[in-house]
Amino acid sequence: MTSPAAGTRTLPPLAAYALALGDDALILAQRLGEWVARAPQLEEDIALANIALDLLGQARTLLSYAGAVEDAGRDEDDLAYLRDDRDFRNVQLVELPNGDFAVTMARQLVFSAYQYELYTALLDSADLTVAGLAGKAVKEVAYHRDHATQWVLRLGDGTPLSHARMQAGLDHIWPYVAELFDTGDTAAQLPGVAADPAALRPAWEQYVTPVLDEAALRPPEPRWRSRGGRGGLHTEHLGHLLAEMQHLHRSHPGASW
Amino acid sequence: MVSAPAAGSRAALLAAARAVPDPEIPVLTLGDLGVIRDVRVVGDGAVEVDITPTYTGCPATAVIASDVQVALRDAGADQVRVHTVLSPPWTTDWISEAGRSKLHAFGIAPPGPTVPAARAAGPVRLVLSVRCPRCGSTDTREISRFGSTPCKSLWTCRSCAEPFDSFKAI
Repeated sequence: MTSPAAGTRTLPPLAAYALALGDDALILAQRLGEWVARAPQLEEDIALANIALDLLGQARTLLSYAGAVEDAGRDEDDLAYLRDDRDFRNVQLVELPNGDFAVTMARQLVFSAYQYELYTALLDSADLTVAGLAGKAVKEVAYHRDHATQWVLRLGDGTPLSHARMQAGLDHIWPYVAELFDTGDTAAQLPGVAADPAALRPAWEQYVTPVLDEAALRPPEPRWRSRGGRGGLHTEHLGHLLAEMQHLHRSHPGASW
Repeated sequence: MVSAPAAGSRAALLAAARAVPDPEIPVLTLGDLGVIRDVRVVGDGAVEVDITPTYTGCPATAVIASDVQVALRDAGADQVRVHTVLSPPWTTDWISEAGRSKLHAFGIAPPGPTVPAARAAGPVRLVLSVRCPRCGSTDTREISRFGSTPCKSLWTCRSCAEPFDSFKAI
């Protein structure tokens, strides 16, 4: 169980920032991995696994860095496998179950377009590790964004059935979009190093809106919005995801290949 | 005939590291791929090598690091330290001309020139045609942008009807 001490552990701002971005990538990588052997086509099995692998690579770099900055002896594995849900700092969007392929593609479009703007902004970070990762990751994310764009266009502007399901997918994830752009305490404490999430939104809209228009999809106007993932507040789904992701590591403490 | 560099010298060690075959595409050496960024002989006699990963999540990265360690020890290094450097980010533009020819001969279409991903104007949806490495036709079609490894996409040739891998420009 989560001990109060673990839940309230205060990290240096840079470690907290790297952890938040790393957790987004880690949790979405785990979700995308669930598609393997279940995707509508073999090519999509491979594509989603490739995207998951890129995200996992980003997560490993960011979690390792968070551990190094914290300087309390935690490495990437400790951070991935030995934290409980309240210690995760990802936005709720990435922990949602995959839903059908349209839900997954709606999330991929929204999230990869966000990451693209994020990493583009971080190219100029004063922190060389953050900037170095951003330089690599932005090239990978450009492919993720393009992949999602092509599917959203095909499904949204496809048959009446594919259109209805793509719109339903978009409606399902849209309440979780605003959280991506919440300016928390962490980014504000790292001027010149972190990117202000709110400042990423105009460029994100500039990309996403025309794609939705071309796909004949309406951006929904949700009556509620998610909050709090960056502060450790999560949906019930994250605990189940962690149970699967962490089971092996926790069952065999200290085991190695 | 150029004489071989002295054993244990920086030049000899660099050549040894660059000659290691890539674990995923063994026709390429790490030198062809452009991932060996530097080799240094440092104060305590140890050898430090900087390696840049092709993709952040590429599973070959760990294998590459251990293969390079072995190669450098065989080349006379006593102690080897491998550093992973992310910046400047690896690009397919660093693949050598020899590497491109080898890829082609191996049945993988070599990458075209990169368009800077960041700060490129607008979404890039135009895909330039890729030449089939088997029959040379340009009448080819992309099946999936993601192939058997992170660095490759999957194509098919309309002329000879064979599928083939293409190295993604990144």
